[in-house]
Amino acid sequence: MNYNLKQQAMTYMAGNLTCQEVASIITEYLEDAMPFSTRLRFHLHLGLCFSCRNYLKQMKYTIQTLGKLPTEPIAPEIREELLRRFRHWKKDNP
Amino acid sequence: MVLLRLVYIAFAMPNAFENLDESQVLELLRNGDEATFAQVVDQYSGSLLRLAMAYVPSRAVAEEVVQETWLGVFEGLARFEGRSSFKTWLFTILTNRAKTRGQRESRYVGLAEKTGMDDDDAGTGVDLDLFIQAGTRAGHWIEPPHAWDHGTPERFALSKEIGEQIERAIAALPHTQRQVITLRDLEGVSSEEVCNIMGVTETNQRVLLHRARTRVRKTLASFAKEDSESLQ
Ligand SMILES: [Zn+2]
Repeated sequence: MNYNLKQQAMTYMAGNLTCQEVASIITEYLEDAMPFSTRLRFHLHLGLCFSCRNYLKQMKYTIQTLGKLPTEPIAPEIREELLRRFRHWKKDNP
Repeated sequence: MVLLRLVYIAFAMPNAFENLDESQVLELLRNGDEATFAQVVDQYSGSLLRLAMAYVPSRAVAEEVVQETWLGVFEGLARFEGRSSFKTWLFTILTNRAKTRGQRESRYVGLAEKTGMDDDDAGTGVDLDLFIQAGTRAGHWIEPPHAWDHGTPERFALSKEIGEQIERAIAALPHTQRQVITLRDLEGVSSEEVCNIMGVTETNQRVLLHRARTRVRKTLASFAKEDSESLQ
């Protein structure tokens, strides 16, 4: 099969989505906001496309990494001030 | 394995209120229990500060917004019915104060809030430079994404340098993108609640999230590459 024909056959089997299109709707997929027919085409493409499978995994790893980012505590003097205010608030609103 | 042990410690961090449900925590707060208040302040202030930074131009102002938020909590405690989680309620109070403050502090944030889209991306929010744009191979990857290895999220999260790079990438995002990704991915708030907190539509929320994630992935990609090469 010549390259073009093979490419066309692949594209057809992959549900006519290009890799660029897959990347552009990946958040719809991950957020579970994709219509059923698109989801089917998305899966078809992934089944045939190693690169987009890797990209999806990268996106998932990115999200997992973001969920692990630590926060910084607030300054101790702000914390003390807040506790003081809480005490006063309770005194004024028993 | 040092790495595994570190990961274990990160997951084994105890929740301050392991044995209390939220309604019990609220009851203690309403009764003026100072130890409980200190615990909620310690547990949530870091997240509040991080979210505030997505709205206002400086850390000093963000810290003030966090203080105002806690004062708002005192005032609202009696009325809070627990229809949302305590955390979502905190984020809602903070967002309202931060918006007001942000509009006062800097005009460009105010403008962004009006349009709801302060995005400089045109089109789909995909890195067009990753794809072939013309010819029979249009829409294909120029450089196909490679596999990141399994421990990637843990390794990224444990690296101070990478953590700082991610924070920098997030700080460089347009404001609304930064707000959405902070709530949805850093804090793990559901997309429905993100919409409620920010007052944006589901579609708008998803577009902003998509653009933000696409940019942050790009930042991480440079580290993942170095990493797999160093294994060879
Ligand atoms: Zn593909």
